[in-house]
Formats: sequence, structure tokens, C-alpha cells
Amino acid sequence: MSKGRFGIHGGQYIPETLMNAVIELENAYNHYKCDSDFKCELRELLNNYAGRPSLLYYAEKLTRELGGAKIYLKREDLNHTGSHKINNVLGQALLAKKMGKTRLIAETGAGQHGVATATAAALLDMECVIFMGEEDTKRQALNVYRMKLLGADVIPVKTGTATLKDAVSEAMREWTSRISDTHYCLGSVMGPHPFPTIVRDFQAVISLEAREQILEKEGRLPDAVIACVGGGSNSIGSFYHFIPDEKVRLIGCEAAGRGIDTFETAATVNTGKIGIFHGMKSYFCQDEYGQIAPVYSISAGLDYPGVGPEHAYLHDIGRAEYVPITDDEAVNAFEYLSRTEGIIPAIESAHAVAYAMKLAPTMDKDKIIIVTVSGRGDKDCAAIARYRGEDIYE
Amino acid sequence: MSNIIKAFENGKAFIPFITCGDPDLETTAKVVREAVKNGADLVELGIPFSDPTAEGPVIQGANIRALAGGVTTDKIFDLVVELRKDVKIPMVFMTYANVVFSYGVERFMKKCAETGMDGIIIPDMPFEEKEEFAEYSRQYGVDMISLIAPTSENRIAMIAKEAEGFIYVVSSLGVTGTRTEITTNIGDIVSVIRENTDIPCAVGFGISNPEQAKKMAGLSDGAIVGSAIIKIIEKYGKDAPPYVGEYVKSMKDALR
Repeated sequence: MSKGRFGIHGGQYIPETLMNAVIELENAYNHYKCDSDFKCELRELLNNYAGRPSLLYYAEKLTRELGGAKIYLKREDLNHTGSHKINNVLGQALLAKKMGKTRLIAETGAGQHGVATATAAALLDMECVIFMGEEDTKRQALNVYRMKLLGADVIPVKTGTATLKDAVSEAMREWTSRISDTHYCLGSVMGPHPFPTIVRDFQAVISLEAREQILEKEGRLPDAVIACVGGGSNSIGSFYHFIPDEKVRLIGCEAAGRGIDTFETAATVNTGKIGIFHGMKSYFCQDEYGQIAPVYSISAGLDYPGVGPEHAYLHDIGRAEYVPITDDEAVNAFEYLSRTEGIIPAIESAHAVAYAMKLAPTMDKDKIIIVTVSGRGDKDCAAIARYRGEDIYE
Repeated sequence: MSNIIKAFENGKAFIPFITCGDPDLETTAKVVREAVKNGADLVELGIPFSDPTAEGPVIQGANIRALAGGVTTDKIFDLVVELRKDVKIPMVFMTYANVVFSYGVERFMKKCAETGMDGIIIPDMPFEEKEEFAEYSRQYGVDMISLIAPTSENRIAMIAKEAEGFIYVVSSLGVTGTRTEITTNIGDIVSVIRENTDIPCAVGFGISNPEQAKKMAGLSDGAIVGSAIIKIIEKYGKDAPPYVGEYVKSMKDALR
């Protein structure tokens, strides 16, 4: 079995043209992750540029209304650029810079990873090209403008379903054609080794902080940690330091779209089967001949037919649970959290909030749940308004 | 050891790539026969994949058209059975790892052997991963064709030593598609390959005209052409077979 495995999942299923590039990246990462100057620089950027540590906020009103477990929100929405994506991007951009790369390329779904990458490129004086499904450029027009404002080129991808998976494919194609000066700043815990490990390590800061914060506030570990899963970067980051704590339930919320019994879904673990795509072995939504399914979710960031290989493994060994949340449930949670706590979550994060709304009332009042609010929802307001039949202009 | 070596016994080999089912399987069968009649030495049959990450826009288009027409892996095996009634030259599949994996690797390789396929090219299965499939391809005598790229450098020897059938030398960075110029030093790559193996090597990616084919085959043992042929099929649809035949003849003539 090759490198970068999580059980049977993971691996490096990529064209030969890219093999030396991923090997170079792995070697550089293994060097710099132990380099004290690198760690210092990254810490400085995370704390004084991105605004870490992020708050662990006790949502008292939400807790009271739901009438069960105490709910804490891990506020990744308060990071600079508005989501957890910046944690990984600052790490990778700094690494790329150390490797002598001058250009960053990235895929983006909702646009949050694209915005974060464009931001890091602006800060570190790097060229930046973002690939975004044409469908998503329409759903997330504001983020397209933000990326351009930050100096990035945004390439609308028209192939396939013109969503996140096609943006990933196109970014991979671009990397194959220009490697020497370019780093592919992959936005999730997916793709070929070493990306799932690198991205997880950079996102693990979420659970590192959350674990310390909850111990400080409550003197004990939470009973459950809930986060949304597309590729799975905020969720793996939220889970990682709790994985050895076997009593902490780890719950990933997948986008069920219009329901897991319909074809309009993106709930990979719940409806997919094992396959090989985008450089990794994992679960994928696909037909009987291995053709990747055209998935659907209201959330552009969760609208992906695969899931990171470490999640596939955590599912296989039963350490984490993966639950489907429909568009309707997510939109309700989006509105509910806005009204009860004055926090507008990203529609992606609203999937996690939606499950907390189901779970909390079934738990005793002395139980504790941490919900990761992976991003803020400003970008989604126009789309949610349209979902509710209200036509507003951005 | 498959029959692939026979493709390199008539001077420099000309290897056309055809996406099965574009626009339909009847046309694919006719195109293959025209190519054989006009001097093709080996045929690469593409099994379409929904998300072909190593392909440029032309072959992506062929994949989409073929899948929209309802082609499946099973129907393509039926096509091979039908072709093998009279097509004697070596044939290999070109497809993505998930197509083989989802079919069941052993079942797929067994079916290749039964229907008369000599090898398989999987662009998203590099040296480090190939054993997962090679275990079964060896068992059924199907050659796993290795690719060597302009960026392979220190990896060439390792790949060449374990190569089977022929080596696919990728001419340029990037994805498939026609190019006006190929700037990679193919000669240097081939000489490292030659130091490590006796099996033939053919150059592909970006070759579209007889001059390029002659130049690339001159540096190796053959030339592979995909996108230029797909463009003819895209343009003429069901009427494409004689045009592909004419094109194959012009390319093979340049290699003689």
C-alpha cells in the first residue's frame, strides 16, 4: 500500500506528471513543520492577521430554547476572511513561499477558500488564480468580486456540472501544465497525499483550541462535537484533537440536498461507495460503472461528490458518525441561529447547527455540545432570500 | 507478455486513440476498422469517464458525448468481442482508475483477457499505486502501460525497469490536446529509458500532424495521436470513418 493511507483510503492516484511535485511538497512539509522559524511565522500570521484563537462562545439563548444540552459555538466565522479556510491557506501559502513558489492556484466552491487564498496571495506577494464552477460564480457572485478585488484571476469552469468537483479537476489540470513556479493550494482534506494530512494539520488548530477552551470553561470534555462535511476540512480540524477521547461523539453533517432518497444530494458517506477520484481512494457518489454522480446541495461549499479519506476511515472504524441534513433543515437553522443568537452562519455551517437543533433536546442539561460555525453567512443572504422566494439584488 | 510487441515490428508505430461510443459504438467500430486498414499498428480504446482530469477540452468533449449516448463498460467489452472477429492488431484500453475499480479489478482484467485486450493505460495510476491493479493484470496477461512525463526525471529508471508492453512517453506538461510545438527534450528521456529496458516507447500528447509524428517517432518507437482524431470524429460524426482512415494513412506514411 502506498503512502498517505487512512485505513484503505487515501493514496496518490494522480498523473505521473504531478508525482515529483507532490513528493517535493511532502519533503518540504516534513521539513518545515518541525522548523521553529516556520512555526513562529505561521503562529504570528494566525494570531495577528487572522485573529486566532477563535472564540468558544456559550450560546445560552440557543441552549435555553432547545431545552437540552449546553451548546458552545466554535466561532471560525470570526476569522479574517470569514471562515476556517484561512487556517489552512496561511499554512500552505507560507510553505509554498518557502519552497520558492511565486504563484498560488486553488479551487473554490462557495468562494471562501478562493477568498482566503487570494488574501494570502495578496499579503505574501504571490500571483493567484482561482478556479470556480460557473454555476457557483452565479450563486456566490459577491465572493467572485472579493477575489478580484484582492488581485486574483477568477476562472469560471464550464465543464461537467460547473461546480466544485469541476473546479478541482480544472485546478489539477492547470497544475499539471505549470508546476515549477506554482503551488496548488488545495482547500480541503482531500486529493492525493500529502494534502489530506497537510490540510488536517493546519485545521487541527480548531480542536486544539476548543479542547483547551472547554476544559477551561467547563472543566471537562464535551459529549459531542458537530461540524459540517463537504470535503471535510473544518470537521476534521474540529475532530482531530478529540479523536483519542473516545467518549466524545464526533458528528459530521453531510449535505443531503433534497434528501438522501433523491438523486439531488451530496451526502457522500450516506449514499456513496468506495472509489478512486481526485487523487484519493474514499467514498464517492457514483453510478454502477464508476461515473461520478452530478451531486446537489443548496450549499456550494458542500456540493462535492467525495469526502476526505480520513473521514472515510473514521466512518469505517465507527469513530465518527455522518448524518445527512437537507436543504430545508439547513435553511431553517440558518434563520434560527440568526434570530436566537444574532449570528448569521454560513449555509455550510448551518448544516451543523441543524443537527445540533435535533440532538440537543434529546440530551440532558448537564451534557455539552460544541458546534463549529465554520464561516459567516453574509455571502449566503441573497441565495437564502431567493430560496424563500424573495428576489434581492446583491 | 502480450501481443503489444507486434505493433512495433512494422517500422515506427502509429497509435490512434479513439473514445468508445463517440458518437456511438457502431461508428467507433467503423473508425477502428478504417484505422487498421490504413496502417494503425495498435489501437487505444478510451472507456469514457465523467471527469477525465488528464484530458484537455477535446477529449473531455468526446467523453461527455459518449456517456450522454449511454455507453457503458459492458457495452465496450461487447464492442471488443465484435472487433476481434477481424481486428488482429494489438489493442489497449485507456481509462481512469475508478472505471476499473468500480467494475471490480479482477473481473475487469479477466474480461480484458477473455475479449482480447492486450493492455491498459490508466493515467491516474502512477508507479506507487499500480500494484493494486497489477496483481490482477499480471494474472490475466494484460499489460499495464506505464507513463513517463517531462517531470519524471529521477523516476524514469524505476518506472522503465518495471514497465510492460510499451512505455507511453508524455511529450509535454499539461493535459491532452494538440500543440503547435513540443519543447521537451524527448531524446534525453528516451535514452534513459533505453538504459533500463528493452521494451518499446511511443510518444503522445500534442501530436497532430505528420511532421510532428515523424519527429517524435524518430526519437522513439512510435507516435500516439488522440485529440486530432477526436476532432475529426467531432466534426463528421457518423460520417467520420473514411476521414479518420485518410488521416491515419497520412500519419503512418510519414512514419514509414
